[in-house]
Parts: sequence; structure tokens; C-alpha cells
Amino acid sequence: MYAQMVDTGAKRVRSLDELSPEERAFQERIDADIKIEPKDWMPEAYRKTLIRQISQHAHSEIVGMLPEGNWITRAPTLKRKAILMAKVQDEAGHGLYLYCAAETLGVSRDELIADLHSGKAKYSSIFNYPTLTWADIGAIGWLVDGAAIMNQIPLCRCSFGPYSRAMIRVCKEESFHQRQGFDIMIRLCQGTPEQKAMAQDALNRWWWPSLMMFGPPDADSVHSAQSAQWKIKILSNDELRQRFVDQTVPQADFLGITMPDPLLEWNDERGHYDFGPIDWQELFNVVKGNGPCNRERLSARVKAWEDGAWVREAALAYAEKQAAKAAKQAA
Amino acid sequence: MNRTEWPLWEIFIRSQHGLAHKHVGSLHAPDPEMAVKNARDVYTRRNEGVSIWVIRSADITASSPGEKEPLFEPANSKVYRHPTFFPMPDEVKHI
Amino acid sequence: MTTDRTLFDYLLRLADSDLILAQRLGEWLGHGPVLEEDIAFANVGLDLLGQARMWFAYASEVETRMNGRGRTEDELALLRDGGDFRNLLLVEQPNGNYADTIARQFYFDVWHELLLTRLERSADARIAEIAAKALKEVTYHVERSTDWIIRLGDGTDVSHARMQAAIDVLWPYTGEMFTADATDRALTGDGVACDSESLLAPWRERVGAVLSEATLTLPSAEWMQRGGKQGVHTEHLGHVLAEMQWLQRAYPGAQW
Repeated sequence: MYAQMVDTGAKRVRSLDELSPEERAFQERIDADIKIEPKDWMPEAYRKTLIRQISQHAHSEIVGMLPEGNWITRAPTLKRKAILMAKVQDEAGHGLYLYCAAETLGVSRDELIADLHSGKAKYSSIFNYPTLTWADIGAIGWLVDGAAIMNQIPLCRCSFGPYSRAMIRVCKEESFHQRQGFDIMIRLCQGTPEQKAMAQDALNRWWWPSLMMFGPPDADSVHSAQSAQWKIKILSNDELRQRFVDQTVPQADFLGITMPDPLLEWNDERGHYDFGPIDWQELFNVVKGNGPCNRERLSARVKAWEDGAWVREAALAYAEKQAAKAAKQAA
Repeated sequence: MNRTEWPLWEIFIRSQHGLAHKHVGSLHAPDPEMAVKNARDVYTRRNEGVSIWVIRSADITASSPGEKEPLFEPANSKVYRHPTFFPMPDEVKHI
Repeated sequence: MTTDRTLFDYLLRLADSDLILAQRLGEWLGHGPVLEEDIAFANVGLDLLGQARMWFAYASEVETRMNGRGRTEDELALLRDGGDFRNLLLVEQPNGNYADTIARQFYFDVWHELLLTRLERSADARIAEIAAKALKEVTYHVERSTDWIIRLGDGTDVSHARMQAAIDVLWPYTGEMFTADATDRALTGDGVACDSESLLAPWRERVGAVLSEATLTLPSAEWMQRGGKQGVHTEHLGHVLAEMQWLQRAYPGAQW
């Protein structure tokens, strides 16, 4: 997902009896669906896991601006250009809300960004794939935002107040993102043969990476179990992935384009689509830094940050001068 | 690194005339004027506001969660402050 | 006297400057110095793009009156060649560093606000209506670019030097905003457009006051570049158009 394979530090999930009185009171609150707020007592592992998860989510929004931003200057119509600009701007906003949510846990945004730039913090694997044609902008909205929304809607109910509130705001704003993507796909699929081929090509390249976004199967993962107990992960990766496939296949049928999966088939008995095996080696490779665009994405972020340092410093220097002047006048 | 980090501000927005300002989130800005402008750009992109307050996060004094009981329990026992404490006969209207 | 031909030409000047500047701001998105700035500049870009579309829509109506068929906003924006673009040379200048972008924006914003304030009272009701709507947005743009001129000018030694350099380098591209040619004069006579030259004094006063607060020096160079309003551009515009128009030209007639 936007936050993939988040380490909780847990070796195994402990039962209520094994917890300290503080931990138990904390877990009972979560079990009773009472939100945890920043100043409340919380286990250190909960705090650290949330920082990892929220910041990874925030980094994904910010890095995710790059593949789509790549097409703002080349959007095919003025209307599409305006929509895309508004969408990429929203992603900056979502990154901002999430960084702020993480900051309530006692880290600064600069520290989080430094971890991204040093490679210590991760972001979603999906943004290491290139946007080669305009159809990729449609496919990202339709598939990537579709997958993100699927994950984010349950997170609106997560146990940590600031994260839950950020997710509610993000989901409210994001409802147009997936639709604009699908709208681009509709137009391409009803267009010239070249446009339809462009749409099919985009689906071919984005389908499997979109399924990988949900992360490897985690039914047996201790981290997922711990995150589920803390209610910062609501559904398993495979449940979300299945929902996504079930929702998306009929949409591709509507468009008249085909998923690049010969094994994809409706299973009457399960009431779900069966689909072919996912190449997890590819995901691990991309996460490790070997995706087609890892280097470009990270260096673009580092460059923006370093090129902007003098601007941030100047604004702060001005504010300090003004404050000093005001203090002198008051004295 | 910390030398260049802009301070964090808490943002409060009045969404419609007549309503109170409500906390909507936070952001970074070098000074109060820029904080107001950034708040306008970040938190009112969809016509959400008619008025903005900003305050440095560091300047907020909050009640501590440990004091929740002494702070809020006493109000629970003053049920007579709530109108439902006083049952009214059905025939009496507009009260 | 105002003819549809001169009116069309004038509307393209307004539309093209908004469009090209929006295009330039679009290049920044995702690469700004801090998230809050990415969001803020995207708002300015979106405003300008929206204004360009309103001017194009009116230009298209005027063209229909002239020729029986007016080009759509996309035909006007994405299928005209460089020589037919009427934007100011200022807005096609590259983004450069943040000071360059802020200087370009500030020079443009102050002029834009003065211009729209006049056009709001245009004898042409459609122009007046669009100007009134745009003015609300542009008033905010001026505030923001003013804030940044002051912060970078009176920030650190480095930012001061960069801001002054940007102010100086872009200065020769400001003259065009205040020179009137036949199109301007024809429309001004009828109260449709405003007298460009009359905007110079208030512009200099405002720019001078802000630069002085920012501890920056108002450039004194007299020589001014010109040509944008007549379609003679700098080399930069061709590259902007090559990128912006590419899809429309590569797939003629396709709908997107």
C-alpha cells in the first residue's frame, strides 16, 4: 500500500494478561474504539510504528507528485491540465496533512524528510515506475488511486486520532482523483485506435505493480497482527487486494481493455475473481531500490530540498529580524 | 538542519459566518503572515473558509490527559446544567 | 476604432500571458522549496490557467463573429505557432531559481492587478466581467509575491544577492507592459482597453516601495526588450510550446 511492510518491532503479539497495567489500559481503550491522542500514554513501539507508517504514507504522496507532475506541462487539453495540476496539488496537501499527523508523535518534518533522502525511510513501490504516455496518467488515477482509496477508507477508523482525521480529510478530497483517471481512460478507449492502444499499454504496465502495492500476503505476519491489534491496520493485504481486483475487473470490461493476466477468471464458488501469481521478486527488488525510477525520484526530491534550503533560511532570517525589531520597540 | 525548519502552526477556520473557528490541522510557516496565507492555500482549496486563525503550536497550553478526571468529572455530576434534567409536562409548549 | 480583429488580438494578449505563466508555474509543482510553497504556487497557476480559459472563450466568440467559426480554447492554445502568440516576453522567461520565479511573478502581478482594475470598468461588458472575476484572484497573487520579495530581499546575504540579481535580469522585460501599439490605441480610444502607458507610474511606485522595503534597489537601466505582444519572442517560447503542444500535434484530431 502507500505504507508497505511496516515493521512494528514485535516478535509476537502478546495477550492482555501479558501486558503491563499501562499497556493493558491502552489496549482496552483501543478495543473499546476510543481514539488515542498525541498526549495520551502509548507504548513506545506503537509510537514508533505509527511514525514509520504515517511518514511512509506521507513520503508516498510527495514522491507520487513526480510521475504525474511529469505530464502537467504536456497535458493534452487545458481542462486536463487544470485537473492534473489540482490533483498533484492535492497530493502535496495530503503529504502535508500526514507529515503533520506524524509530527504530533514528537518528530519534526525535517527529520522525516532527512530519513527519506538518506534512503532510511521508504515510500510506495508504485511511484518507481515511469509515466511514459498520457494514458499512464489515466491508469494512475484509475488503478493507483483506486487502490489507495481502498486502503485509506478503513484507515479513517484507525486508533490514532490525528492519523484518522488526516485520512478522513484525504479521502474526502481524493474522491475526484480516481474518477478523473477513469474519465481519461474512457476518453482514450472511445478514441482513435492509437489512443485505445495507448490505454491498453498503460494497463499492461500498471496492473501488476498496482496489485503489488498492497504488499505481500501478510496473514501470517507478526507485524500485521500487531498492527491489527493496535487498529492501525484494519484489513489484511490479501483482503484489500481481492477487493481491488473484484472492483476493477468489471471496469476494465466496460472500457473494453484486457488485464494482462491469462489466469484471471471469475470463481463462482468463492464469489471472487481468481488471478495469477504475483512476481514478489519484482516488488522486493523495487523496494530495495532497483525499480526503473528509484534513482530519479529520490534525486528529484533531494534536489528540490537542497535547492530550496536558501529560500527556507531566508524566510526564517527575515522572521527573526522582524521579531527582534518588535522586541526592541516594545522595550 | 533545525536552523532552517519553519515553526509549526495550528490552523483554525471559520467555515461559515456565524460558526466558531474550528481546528482543521497544522502547517509550517516562517512567520504569522505567511502562516495565514499558507493556511488559505492549504486548507481552503475547496471554499472551506471565511476566516482564519493561526497560532504557533508551541504557544498552546493543553490540559494533560492524566488530569482528565479532576478536570472533567465534576461537570458530569452537575446534570442540572442540562435542560433534560427538568422534565416538562407534555401540555406545556415552547419551553 | 475597435474592430473584431483588434479585439481578438487584444484578448489573445491577455489569454496568452496567463497561459504561458501558468505553464511555467506548472513546471515547479513537486520541486518547490517547501510543501507549503508547492501548494501556494499551484493555486496561482490554477488561477491563471482559469483566467486564460475565460479570455480564450471570449476570443473564440469574437472569432466566430469574424469568420463564422471560432477556434476552441485548445485549438488556440495548442495549435497556434509561436509567431501567433501574443504573450509578454516576461512570462516566457525560464523559472531559474526561486528568486527568478518570484521576481517574474512580482513584476507581472503588480501590472496585472493595475490592468484588471482598469479593465473592470471596460466599455466591453464581457471584458469587464472577466476582469472583475480575475481581479479577486490577482489581488492575492500580488500579496504573496510581495511577501516573498521582502523575505528574500531582506533575508540572508545569499537571498538578498539572488533577489537583486533576479530583479535586475528581468527588468528589461517589463517595458513591454507599458508601451502601446496600434491595437492598444484603437481599443483604448473606445474605452475597451486601458491606456498601457498610464499604468507605468503607479507600477513603478508600487514596485519601488516594495523593493525599498526589501532593501533592494530599483534597476535604473533604460533599455527595454519588446516584441511579445506583436509575436516576436525570445527563444524560450518555442521550447515551451514544443512541450505544451506536443500531444495535440502528434495525434491530429484526437479527443482527449
